[in-house]
Amino acid sequence: MVAAINHIEDPKINAILREVSDPEIPVLSIMDMGVVRSVERVGEHELLIKITPTYSGCPAMDTIATDIMLALGGAGFKTKVELVLSPAWTTDWITEYGRKQLQEYGIAPPESESLDKAALIDGKRVVACPQCKSKNTEMVSQFGSTACKALFKCLDCLEPFDYFKCLK
Amino acid sequence: MKSNNLYQYLLLLGDHSMILGHRLSELCGHGPSLETDIALTNISLDLFGQVRSYFQYAAKLAGGDATENTIAYLRTERKYLSSTILEQENRDFAHVIVRQFLFDVYHRLLLEELQNSKDDQIAAIATKSLKEVKYHLRFSTSWMNRLGAGTEESNQRMQVALDYLLPMAHELVTASDIETAMKDEEIAPDLNVLAIEYWTQVKAVIQESNLKYPEFKDRVVRGKQGIHSEHMGRLLSEFQYMQRAYPNMQW
Repeated sequence: MVAAINHIEDPKINAILREVSDPEIPVLSIMDMGVVRSVERVGEHELLIKITPTYSGCPAMDTIATDIMLALGGAGFKTKVELVLSPAWTTDWITEYGRKQLQEYGIAPPESESLDKAALIDGKRVVACPQCKSKNTEMVSQFGSTACKALFKCLDCLEPFDYFKCLK
Repeated sequence: MKSNNLYQYLLLLGDHSMILGHRLSELCGHGPSLETDIALTNISLDLFGQVRSYFQYAAKLAGGDATENTIAYLRTERKYLSSTILEQENRDFAHVIVRQFLFDVYHRLLLEELQNSKDDQIAAIATKSLKEVKYHLRFSTSWMNRLGAGTEESNQRMQVALDYLLPMAHELVTASDIETAMKDEEIAPDLNVLAIEYWTQVKAVIQESNLKYPEFKDRVVRGKQGIHSEHMGRLLSEFQYMQRAYPNMQW
């Protein structure tokens, strides 16, 4: 089983890929999102990069693939990007740093599977508001602005916010 | 021919997600509330993502000039292998929910089994899709409960939708020749076994939602053989419009 890789040996490539982000969540680098599975040198200036889609229909995947090719192309690498489905992406692959950035950006990071169920199905108040940190929050809609998010609102500071759903 | 059966099976799997996905996309901007509008179009997006995985694989098997797009858009009505229930119109929100629920129960059971398919690529697509479909089922089940046990009118509308749609649901869990051939190769599950669990789960939700299991005779439906109801032609004329009007067009 090959999970995501969050760091690449070659510092130059690592730095370039850290600059590529999900267009819907610009603060989160694809390295912290856990969608990069392998980086292979197939020639002196040629790379094969395997990425994992988050949700099957996520339109961001095509953009991410193009952005990777453009970013590395700028540094003189001819890059091929391949989508690999198995093993399937899970929110566990988002790094600690990535979770922190989501939070600061105003998106509540995914909870554990059991807490996620408690929040989305049983309506338990367990997801912390990214603005005021209160857990006095309720779900407005299981589906939100993108496939990966649900819509919540905070009952203390009254701000609406996105919650990144746990996907396992 | 082995690969031809596999190719047809991929079309069948993809067509199920695609035809329902298209019906749901018609609700974009027309959902009864903002949240349900977003939910249904999100579900549509998930389904189309799955379609792309199936058809990219099918295009690889077909070789030549085939692409996911030619497979999706350039077949005639008889070549689409989706079950008849999925092409039924969005008459009202009750019909949308009942159709979704009857499909989601089947879809989850199917994908659970397909995770163990002997075909690695199908197993990978199933494992990926299953995570999404669990959310779909939660959504449709919760609306079955809410509307069934809601007001007198919501209950009655749900009953009308159920009486109309449920007699077509048996097709989902009745094996076509392609599915039987795939079962023999251990690529697809045995639908006879799956059907038992399917009806148990469907009946349980109908009961807890304060609805009545319709007294019905199974309607004769043959969508999986490519013989569709009157709604399919109109659906396809909309769905295929751009590719027919401007062949090979790209965004």
